[in-house]
Amino acid sequence: MVKSIKSKKMLRLPRYIVYDIIRNKVIIAYTLFLFISAFSMFRMEENGSRAMLSLLNIVLIVLPLVSLMFTTIHYYNSYEFIELMLSQPLSRTRIFLSEYSSVALSLLGAFWIGIGIPVLIFSPDASGLALLFTGSALTLAFTSIAFLAAVRSKDKARGIGIALLLWFYFALIYDGIVLLILFAFSDYPMEKFTLLLSSLNPIDLGRIFIMLQMDVSALMGYTGALYRDFFGSGAGLLFTGFIMLIWIFIPMLMALRSFRKKDM
Amino acid sequence: MIRVASINKKFRKAQALENISADFECGQVIALIGPNGSGKTTLIKTILGMVKPDSGTVEVKGKLIDADPLYRNDIGYMPQIGRYPDNMKVGQLFTMMKAIRQVDDSHIDNDLFLKFNIPSILDKPMRTLSGGTRQKVSAALAFLFDPPILILDEPTAGLDPLSCETLKEKILAEKKKKKLILITSHILSDLEELVTHVLYLQEGKMRFLKELNTLQEETGEIKLNKAIARIMKGQLPDSEWIDRVLLVSKDGKIY
Repeated sequence: MVKSIKSKKMLRLPRYIVYDIIRNKVIIAYTLFLFISAFSMFRMEENGSRAMLSLLNIVLIVLPLVSLMFTTIHYYNSYEFIELMLSQPLSRTRIFLSEYSSVALSLLGAFWIGIGIPVLIFSPDASGLALLFTGSALTLAFTSIAFLAAVRSKDKARGIGIALLLWFYFALIYDGIVLLILFAFSDYPMEKFTLLLSSLNPIDLGRIFIMLQMDVSALMGYTGALYRDFFGSGAGLLFTGFIMLIWIFIPMLMALRSFRKKDM
Repeated sequence: MIRVASINKKFRKAQALENISADFECGQVIALIGPNGSGKTTLIKTILGMVKPDSGTVEVKGKLIDADPLYRNDIGYMPQIGRYPDNMKVGQLFTMMKAIRQVDDSHIDNDLFLKFNIPSILDKPMRTLSGGTRQKVSAALAFLFDPPILILDEPTAGLDPLSCETLKEKILAEKKKKKLILITSHILSDLEELVTHVLYLQEGKMRFLKELNTLQEETGEIKLNKAIARIMKGQLPDSEWIDRVLLVSKDGKIY
């Protein structure tokens, strides 16, 4: 009898975690922040594409930062909850995936409500959709990276510190390094190498992806310009999507691997 | 019911558990005693699969615990510090745990749930509860599914005297049902009414595992705390402290 109940019922652990996250005011504040800035940008700028450019900066800078910070802090705050789940008849894989999907869904929800709705109202074209795709991909990728940082380091301050450093690296330092390399080796043909470099940073990739849609090559970084020359838009987009998937899944699977072996 | 075989565990440089082997059967109430940092909680967490040992195996009901997380259906665990999602309400916590265990209502043991008056706080978010009330929630959860194995880590710490007595009565009642109960506590007077066996850990090593009666006879002390104090002072040689009754399991294998 117990068995029949077991097979009938499907546990929905993420439901409870998402509920907890939503009750936490941070995610609401984040949604409101995104919504108000997106809305006001579209209302203030006469030109829709200029509003899109401002939004692009939010998506490329704020989104990764919030995803990293929120995910690491959430992970450390749910440490005891994870312990509780571990004492229950649940596998570690399932606990990890529940945590991951709950955080990812909450952040994606905030993004889609905060940026998705204004973009779909004011700029429902190719560049708007590209922005939403990139925003979703970046949210997921940085959620994965944050999980990896948090699972690997037991100490809270250290984990959050690593997440912050990663953000500095991806959002600020990386472009500088790329330029430095390009200047240093400017005598050599660097195109292919640069393409390789840009796929090593999801924020860079996201920027290129949106820029290709927006047709504002003046604002494209040096890497972006090369990217377009080399690929043309169609194949480049496929490539971007593929690399984004790698950025989402590899850190996530690495985090899962560590989580399965970890002492709690 | 639980068999632990040659468990070793190192945290960085510190040896948390060193060659721990033991065999726990139903009907036993085992007190895990030892100084702070002697590895009691680590041993418990190893049995629960939260800590992965460097070497050695743990079997519950004859099955290795790595194979299937479902063995934890048989275990009720009360952690040392029960922390729960801040925004989750007490009622939701219980609903969630029932959803996880998927036990039908006839197997639910509401005894502590009612005695600790948890129905009156079902609407409160977990973050508003005091430490003692959280302990009550943890205790009610550990006993809720009427599991054959109970693992209680410092169960009475933080409880008021009345609730402490309620919990002890409950443990005694479960003992009569021939369950296997593992308890850690620093309050030895709490334990001596409950336990049948004492497992003494020191610096990750198992000093002895023996029946309470034997322990009392050998030390000449009735009070558990005095008996333990004698051992800690080293007034009795180690070799006497290997209890053959327990260390030789049924199939004659010596651990």
